[in-house]
Amino acid sequence: MKHFKEFLIEKVIWFCGVTSIVIVVLIFIFLLKEGLSLFKHVNLVDFLFGRKWYPISDPPHFGIFPLVLGSLTVTLGATVIAVPLGIASAIYIAEIASPRIKEILKSGIEMIAAIPSVVIGFIGMTTLVPFIKHYLNLPTGLTAFSGALMLAFMAMPTIVSIAEDAITAVPHKYKEAALALGATRWQAIWRVVLRAASSGIVAAIMLGIGRVIGETMAVMMVTGNAAHIPESLFEPVRTMTATIAAEMGETVQHSEHYFALFAIGIVLFIITFIINLIADLSIHRHRE
Amino acid sequence: MKPNPYRTERIAFTLLLISTVVIILPVFFIVFIIIQKGFSAISWEFLTSIPKMGMREGGIFPAIVGTLYLVLGTLIFALPLGVFSAIYLTEYAQDNLLTRLIKLAIINLAGVPSVVYGLFGLGIFVIFLKLGASILAGSLTLGVMVLPIIITTSKEALDSVPKSFREVSLSLGVSKWQTIRYSVLPHALPGILTGIILAISRAAGETAPILFTVAAFYLPKLPHSVFDQAMALPYHLYVISTQVPNVEVKIRYGTALVLMMIVLSLNLAAIILRSQFRKRKKW
Repeated sequence: MKHFKEFLIEKVIWFCGVTSIVIVVLIFIFLLKEGLSLFKHVNLVDFLFGRKWYPISDPPHFGIFPLVLGSLTVTLGATVIAVPLGIASAIYIAEIASPRIKEILKSGIEMIAAIPSVVIGFIGMTTLVPFIKHYLNLPTGLTAFSGALMLAFMAMPTIVSIAEDAITAVPHKYKEAALALGATRWQAIWRVVLRAASSGIVAAIMLGIGRVIGETMAVMMVTGNAAHIPESLFEPVRTMTATIAAEMGETVQHSEHYFALFAIGIVLFIITFIINLIADLSIHRHRE
Repeated sequence: MKPNPYRTERIAFTLLLISTVVIILPVFFIVFIIIQKGFSAISWEFLTSIPKMGMREGGIFPAIVGTLYLVLGTLIFALPLGVFSAIYLTEYAQDNLLTRLIKLAIINLAGVPSVVYGLFGLGIFVIFLKLGASILAGSLTLGVMVLPIIITTSKEALDSVPKSFREVSLSLGVSKWQTIRYSVLPHALPGILTGIILAISRAAGETAPILFTVAAFYLPKLPHSVFDQAMALPYHLYVISTQVPNVEVKIRYGTALVLMMIVLSLNLAAIILRSQFRKRKKW
């Protein structure tokens, strides 16, 4: 009897262990199941490179090129802002701050991750957007730039904490050797520690980008959601995530528009999958 | 002239400090402005009455209740699954292809955009399993989303229990499951609890996964069963700040304040619990 109970529990545990794989597979199957139906009506090239996203006009156009560019513009902007700041802060926290300050700063950074994205979007809408409109003298403050700023902020916890882990994991003797040779602390950090931590830092950047590209609510609330091809950072854009979130509520189930939104989901899933894979590979290289 | 390395160091360290301050300051700004503008909206009536006049007046009670139900449903689903999964990875898994695949799957799940979870929930729970837009479908979707959080924090907690604890127990002739149950889990409990709190805070704050799986735009009554739609705080904030014109600023900020307070206090509890856990650890 006892053996049977033990056997049963172990089976349950094994089953729970493999659920993660099952779920990933299920996500992919369901995205494909709904998304691929679109390609009965629209060919893949028109979908990926079509310049018009007019899902409810007659005839509808399902070209996601402007949406992909929208996501890329915002992501690129956010990365350019977030990476130098985030890594600088990770260095400060890992190498310079005293243990007490370090704990406070780390908690502060974690707090950013805790604030719901809809709250960040709301604050962006009510403070940042009017500010940008006024000071940059633009027709509207709902721009890719506003989105990039919000997203840079939201990517910080990911970038800082993972880069900080990577820097902390560099063996002390590396730095001590550099200091013993007469290097200043900064020289030791810049030329020795950062190099040794570089693959971990790459992982931090990749995961930060993954976070940014998948962010939905904040970006939907501050970027203006105009589905056209952006010519500068200071125009409204619409991202892939915002398109799904804004339009899914209004579609008819199993209509072309509905399938198209799932097809965008597939594109997003594949992009984030690749980004996470690269991050994971560089973390493993780092450990070796 | 060669640059003075000590001056370079001073400049570099100052820049690093400035970067850190630039990142941290907006947190205080956000918390400050929400408290300043939202505090006057908070009253017993605001917290316990239903929205009126197309959400321009009244309170946010159904949204608070909806969020509570969702969090509870999320936990019922994700907690056992996540903890058992972590037990499998730390106690049973061998170093083989399956384990590597599981780990890869968890990493990937943690990176899936929240709106894609929403699509998944819509496709599988709402339509395929015919649950409709309901608390059940929303809870399952959020449960899938928080699963990697619970697994990774629980795994970390289990990993931190020394091997000798298990060896002593096993050497006394106790079975493997009993060893896990009585000599490993109790020591990992605070760490697991930290993960649970973080998962609750994530589930309470997310909007995109519930957009198409549960959230009701305006539903001035409480849900009766798990098959009902419900309002939820994050979606309510989105609705009254972008979809409904002329809502008083006070009500918007008040809703944001309630949501932020719930989420931040949960996170603070997690941070405190974790630091206590680390301090108390004697091995």
